[in-house]
Amino acid sequence: MKMSDDEIFRLEVARWLRAHLRGEFECLRHRGGPGDEDAHPELRKRWERELARGGWTCVGWPREHGGRGLSIAQQVIFHEEYARAGGPGRMGHIGEGLIGPTLIAYGTEAQKRRFLPGIVAGTEFWCQGYSEPNAGSDLANVQTRARRDPATGEWVLHGQKVWTSLAHESQWIFVVARSDPESKGNRGLSFLLVPLDQPGIAIRPIKQLTGTAEFNEVFFDGARTAAENIVGQPGEGWAIAMALLGFERGVSTLGQQMHFAHELDLVCEMARVNGAASDPAIRARIAQAWIGLKVMRYNALRMLAGAQDGHLRREAMMYKYYWSNWHRELGKLAMDVLGPDGDVVSDDPTRTRLQQLFLFTRADTIYAGTNEIQLNIIAERALGMPKEPRFEKGKS
Amino acid sequence: MNFALSDDQKLIRDSAENFLADASSSAAVRRAMENDTGYDPALWQRIGAELGWCGTHIPEAHGGLGLSFVELTLLMEQMGRRLVCTPFFSSICLAATALMEAAREDARRRLLPRLASGEMTATLALADSGVDWRPDALTASARRLGSRYVLEGRFRHVPDGASAELLLIPALLERRWALFAVDGKAKDLVRKPLKTLDPTRRIAEVRLDGVGLPEDALLGEGPEVGEGLNRTADFAAIALAAEQLGGAQQCLDLTLAYTAQRVQFGQPVASFQAVKHRCAEMMVMIEAARSVVYGAARVASAGPGTTELSLEAACAKSLASDAFFFCAQEAIQLHGGVGFTWEYDPQLYFKRAQGTSHWFGSTPALHERVASPLLGPAR
Ligand SMILES: Cc1cc2nc3c(=O)[nH]c(=O)nc-3n(C[C@H](O)[C@H](O)[C@H](O)COP(=O)(O)OP(=O)(O)OC[C@H]3O[C@@H](n4cnc5c(N)ncnc54)[C@H](O)[C@@H]3O)c2cc1C
Repeated sequence: MKMSDDEIFRLEVARWLRAHLRGEFECLRHRGGPGDEDAHPELRKRWERELARGGWTCVGWPREHGGRGLSIAQQVIFHEEYARAGGPGRMGHIGEGLIGPTLIAYGTEAQKRRFLPGIVAGTEFWCQGYSEPNAGSDLANVQTRARRDPATGEWVLHGQKVWTSLAHESQWIFVVARSDPESKGNRGLSFLLVPLDQPGIAIRPIKQLTGTAEFNEVFFDGARTAAENIVGQPGEGWAIAMALLGFERGVSTLGQQMHFAHELDLVCEMARVNGAASDPAIRARIAQAWIGLKVMRYNALRMLAGAQDGHLRREAMMYKYYWSNWHRELGKLAMDVLGPDGDVVSDDPTRTRLQQLFLFTRADTIYAGTNEIQLNIIAERALGMPKEPRFEKGKS
Repeated sequence: MNFALSDDQKLIRDSAENFLADASSSAAVRRAMENDTGYDPALWQRIGAELGWCGTHIPEAHGGLGLSFVELTLLMEQMGRRLVCTPFFSSICLAATALMEAAREDARRRLLPRLASGEMTATLALADSGVDWRPDALTASARRLGSRYVLEGRFRHVPDGASAELLLIPALLERRWALFAVDGKAKDLVRKPLKTLDPTRRIAEVRLDGVGLPEDALLGEGPEVGEGLNRTADFAAIALAAEQLGGAQQCLDLTLAYTAQRVQFGQPVASFQAVKHRCAEMMVMIEAARSVVYGAARVASAGPGTTELSLEAACAKSLASDAFFFCAQEAIQLHGGVGFTWEYDPQLYFKRAQGTSHWFGSTPALHERVASPLLGPAR
């Protein structure tokens, strides 16, 4: 039987990964996912460059911007094979998945020329400066201020970001800041690209419940960036920031299912080995997890089938809520399969991974829109229910 | 697997939706519920003769339209939304599928065209226990008497068993699987309509007290019949899951409409977050079930292997059952007092959700079906 182009492509990806994800990179397998982003940072940066040499970064970007210009189907194949091979969480994902596509869509020619090549080559890393102490779910409440220096035209920033993943490993941060001091809410914001290595910026790690620290506080005290490092016009920051979040639901999330399948395999294997598989309640939960994987798979195919007409459809709106809760439940299931052994830290690699799964997945239902915010979005945008009331200060 | 619906498929879905909004309105359903047979013959006539739905998945060579299982599930979904009371599920999803999967060619040629045109209704007697809807739990038996057959057995829960004009009866014949066709008016066939908690679907107890049958009543025999009937149960489970999906969707739609206009504390109750989140959760369960039901329908239309089909059916049916029950339960809750009345529709969906929940496997049984290849058989 003749192989289709897609099948040939799949083999090519798998072969490349087999040949390269070894030697010094071997220990990266399955590491560096959300919550675990501080695992082996230097080595993972080298891995980015290894990928870049093979042409495997930014595979979905158009060729003119240094990407591989893959079709959606081939992107899915790439991400699936990457996950199947145990490819590590991508150090460059914020650049490749978020700011890169945003610059391609909204950046100036000069910005594209300046920033895209470093992302493609795996030499420049980015972090996301959205959340602040008083702007979490209510992101529009951003207080970090940006003003123009009349002498140089540069932007000068004062304020604080928080929960900034990988700030300590990045060269650049994109910041949503208030450029109109009189403004409130989502008006008067600007979207700025700011170099991190400068005297006006201090980065402090925050220790997570996992005991490790992938995220940080980032303080701006007269930090500067060049006049041209604004995406969109002053005051258009909210629109750009939201457009960027739209890219978060991109094709790469489809590849994560392969990763999830691998985690479920580990749980099943553990259950067979330690006898938990004879507990009917565990059996039912494992079956539900397996069915949940099928939901995500078919749901993703529905999303792809509907991708042509552009706007987010119902199946896309429920996707984040579904996978994050599925994953979090898998973490708990893994611990229940481990039983008392799960209480003890050991150097058994499977046990360690399952314990990490349990802890790291607590973040899944918080970042990129908490569960509650996801349900609000579904209710308001997919079901057309009335909007949340807004309470103004001083009024009741 | 391509999930995009073709233009023709969209047309089928949309025209079914429009037709049924009127033809199977709440008032129409309530009228049909009161009938002896539990359905409105005029509506059945239109579905069969006018719209041609009965022939959907039946091959053209056998008088059908030769469309796929995908089209059948699209129709079932719309019928589920409107609680359509007709023998469509028993005649087409069950009996016609059983003929296609388990009967000999000559029998198919003889019987399928009459089902495809809607001129005859039929059903399939599956579970003897009424709980385990897998056909391998059968106890009916047949013996040869010259060139004739004699059938003995009892089936406790046969859908539309009292009204169907033809009954397909699986039985053991000399320790081999066999499938027989029994005329609804046959002598020594005792059909007892049961009063069902779900008034939108009829079930009968069927007893065969030595029913004598001519030679051509034997539609097929041998292991293929057993396998074909198992496949039939899985196809039917997917079709039923589509029906449940439609029911779940309607529960959400009814709830959205009601909570948008019901005002308390000076605002529509739909603006309260507790209500919004519940509706959002309904949608998540519905869309999860929809993805898998549509996926299963695509697998079902591609001539799947028996194991693959049975896993698809387990996934689709368990998700759709759970989504339907959850949505029906929330629909009652979020309607408040009127949700508890006979007059409002949530109760009808609630009863159908419960009534369909264990057909072709309860959720725990289906979970076990999924678990055993992953974990080894249950101890
Ligand atoms: C591992 C991890 C990595 C992260 N990385 C980054 C990053 O790189 N860059 C970045 O900018 N941010 C990052 N974040 C921050 C993340 O986006 C925020 O934590 C998230 O938006 C929630 O904001 P918050 O923490 O202020 O919680 P809050 O908004 O204070 O929420 C507290 C609780 O209240 C609920 N709540 C809030 N508003 C509502 C409402 N309207 N209705 C109902 N319930 C509500 C929430 O759901 C939550 O349960 C990261 C977070 C985590 C956990």
